[in-house]
Amino acid sequence: MDFAYSDEQQMLRDSVLRYGEEHWAAADRLKTLAAGPEMTKRRWAEMAELGWLMLPIAESDGGLGGSAADVMAVMEGVGRHLMAVPYVTSCVLVPALLEGSEAGAELLGEIGAGTAVAAAGFLEADSGYDLRHVTTRTVRHGEGWRLSGAKVHVEDGADADWFVVSARTAGADHESDGIGLFLIDRAAEGLAVDGSRAIDGHRHARLMLDDVAAIPVGDVEAATPVIEAAVDRAIAAQLAEAVGSMEAASEATLDHLRTRHQFGVAIGSFQVLQHRMVDMVVAGEEARSMAYHATLNLGRDPHTRTRAVSAGKVRVAESGVYVGQQAVQLHGGVGFSEELIVSHHLRRQMMLAQAFGNADHHRTRFARLGAGA
Amino acid sequence: MNLDFDADDLRFRDEVREFFADGIPETWRTRVRAGLRLDPEDLIYYQRRLHARGWGAPTWPVEYGGTGWTPTQQYIFWSEAARADAPAQFHQGLELIGPIIFTYGTDEQKARYLPRILTLDDWWCQGYSEPGAGSDLAALRTRADRDGDDYVLNGQKMWTSYAHVASHVFVLARTSQEAKRQQGISLILVDMNTPGLRVQKIPTMDEKYHTNELFLDDVRVPVSNLLGEEGKGWGYGKVLLDRERMVSAATAIFLTQTVRGIRDAATRRRVGGVPLIETPGFATKLAQFEIEVIALQTMVLRLMDDAARGADSGPRGSMVKLRWSQLTQAGTALWVEALGPESAHFAPLGNGDGPAEDMPYALQGALYSRVTSIYGGSSEIQHNIIARRALGL
Ligand SMILES: Cc1cc2nc3c(=O)[nH]c(=O)nc-3n(C[C@H](O)[C@H](O)[C@H](O)COP(=O)(O)OP(=O)(O)OC[C@H]3O[C@@H](n4cnc5c(N)ncnc54)[C@H](O)[C@@H]3O)c2cc1C
Repeated sequence: MDFAYSDEQQMLRDSVLRYGEEHWAAADRLKTLAAGPEMTKRRWAEMAELGWLMLPIAESDGGLGGSAADVMAVMEGVGRHLMAVPYVTSCVLVPALLEGSEAGAELLGEIGAGTAVAAAGFLEADSGYDLRHVTTRTVRHGEGWRLSGAKVHVEDGADADWFVVSARTAGADHESDGIGLFLIDRAAEGLAVDGSRAIDGHRHARLMLDDVAAIPVGDVEAATPVIEAAVDRAIAAQLAEAVGSMEAASEATLDHLRTRHQFGVAIGSFQVLQHRMVDMVVAGEEARSMAYHATLNLGRDPHTRTRAVSAGKVRVAESGVYVGQQAVQLHGGVGFSEELIVSHHLRRQMMLAQAFGNADHHRTRFARLGAGA
Repeated sequence: MNLDFDADDLRFRDEVREFFADGIPETWRTRVRAGLRLDPEDLIYYQRRLHARGWGAPTWPVEYGGTGWTPTQQYIFWSEAARADAPAQFHQGLELIGPIIFTYGTDEQKARYLPRILTLDDWWCQGYSEPGAGSDLAALRTRADRDGDDYVLNGQKMWTSYAHVASHVFVLARTSQEAKRQQGISLILVDMNTPGLRVQKIPTMDEKYHTNELFLDDVRVPVSNLLGEEGKGWGYGKVLLDRERMVSAATAIFLTQTVRGIRDAATRRRVGGVPLIETPGFATKLAQFEIEVIALQTMVLRLMDDAARGADSGPRGSMVKLRWSQLTQAGTALWVEALGPESAHFAPLGNGDGPAEDMPYALQGALYSRVTSIYGGSSEIQHNIIARRALGL
């Protein structure tokens, strides 16, 4: 057993934190977000130069083949400094979906170099968060494939150059067999990308596909295990992000409790606030433990992995939202302002809590998996 | 003891129900259900419509243009308004300063201000909080110095909601320095057009414009703008704060709107071919929320029954404020949950189909709800009040 980062991982973590302090300073956040995708693109290019974008990509795909713990070291800093970048989707999720595929080889190189961004779409109008409920249809034309349907939520999809989507090649709407993965060029004819901004500055999309040309990835009738493993990796990365954000929000709150005076004393002298602050820190501890639990089980068999990831997701979602809410509450009115960073942490936590399935979805998945090994 | 309305109350209910049968635009519905204020022009329209019916001030005595309704009638009125997805009336004039004016104001002040509150020709905002004086309001430092027949106000107010819309502000300011901080504070009425006032927007995390900083720089108003006695403003302020808690009692009745918002969203959304509302997990959560709303509403009924009998309800108003804020937070969060991943689509980029149904308001309501446990006496302060007043701790 070993919960410590290696020296190399520690260095990686430190350099992401340093980068965040310099380029994603809380004081500049509003300006950064207001500047829109252009600014984000500049930040993205910097992160590419530092080699972080190719870190999670497998060596056989031209990446650095970083481990889940390496990704965790990066994501803590992404969360702490609320970097509104598509790292989890483009650099963790999509590379896991495309790993070892011929179709994705070139794209993965571009993702690692920061010259292309890709997003993945699974969810549909009736699917809830169920990745196996897929009704997007496929038609085969000789060598080529055409897709029709709609994806209601593509995380970080608004500015993506490529989309990886799930589509049904066989079986009924909810069957886990008969689902394939397909790669779609944003410029493809018949594809409508409806972008929107979330409260945390991330930019998502809905996709409408009308007989869109698509490139098949891997076994088009058996992608479910690949999708679920890739999404679990994305979730684990987001858990580390949530932990980084929680810790930053807690630190800002502790600082406020020490410096804000009411009734002639620092508000941190009120016992109720002390206890609340302690609960926030306990929640952070618990969330960090759960992030380890999920991340360090990623390489195990699917049953163990999914149990661990769902367990982590449930507990971190709850703790993260709690910490964000209390950070705002203990700041009083200013906590509700745009100007203070705690309100941004709360918004990110609210969105992280539901990304790739909310707590209810993962509680249900955990329950259905039955007993652990 | 019984829960029944008598025949008069039932007749009244039918009358109110008929009034609300139309005139409430559908475009208001989602915002109202999400606990968000409508745009000022909509609130003005609504207030004038009520006023035209003689119902502009449900809680005021008849002699000042109010309805003179019994607490039961008020309850019925609010329940019917809630049922029709009508909004809560804007309260800062009607419930905050209005009652102080008719209780402590001069005849001239009553004649000048009260009618214009009823029509919302005057829009009042509340200038109490300051950067250094939030929960600890007695720490306020804004000064009103006597100069001949004028007061000259200097200082900074914070969180002055709707100052950007308002025609008037009621300000707590220090007219003398006294040993006890609560003394020497006066309540002064100020026209927002007075030179020396500057309003600066405070952007908030729900991306809705509510609130401002208000800078007072040699703001000169006649001494006749003093409300009540000089140096006694703190006492009036306390009256206000107590009333503010009653406002949340009224608002608690409107939580049934949130229940409907959640129910509709969960009925619309299908998960694996089944409406979300029919999945046991979600159905029991909504049931739990609705049960807690019923509990709060029954608390409110008891509060109003106390008021009808002139009984002191002690800190029950604080209890209602506390629970109302918790429930409005829980309800809007559940609504967002019902929307699922589409709640991540807050603001459209470019020219797509636009946001999904209920967006962005459901999520904006969930964000806004976070402030309900901060303003009007934070939840921590409400706990302190209950501990002190009810439990003697
Ligand atoms: C959107 C918005 C609108 C508002 N509108 C108005 C308005 O129109 N007019 C107006 O005058 N004011 C308004 N307010 C101000 C509001 O009433 C104050 O924010 C509130 O009184 C809390 O004060 P504060 O923000 O300074 O927080 P603080 O008093 O600094 O509180 C910070 C934290 O300390 C806690 N705390 C403070 N004292 C104690 C204690 N003794 N024991 C335990 N915990 C304690 C609080 O609960 C809170 O969690 C508004 C505020 C907001 C955010």
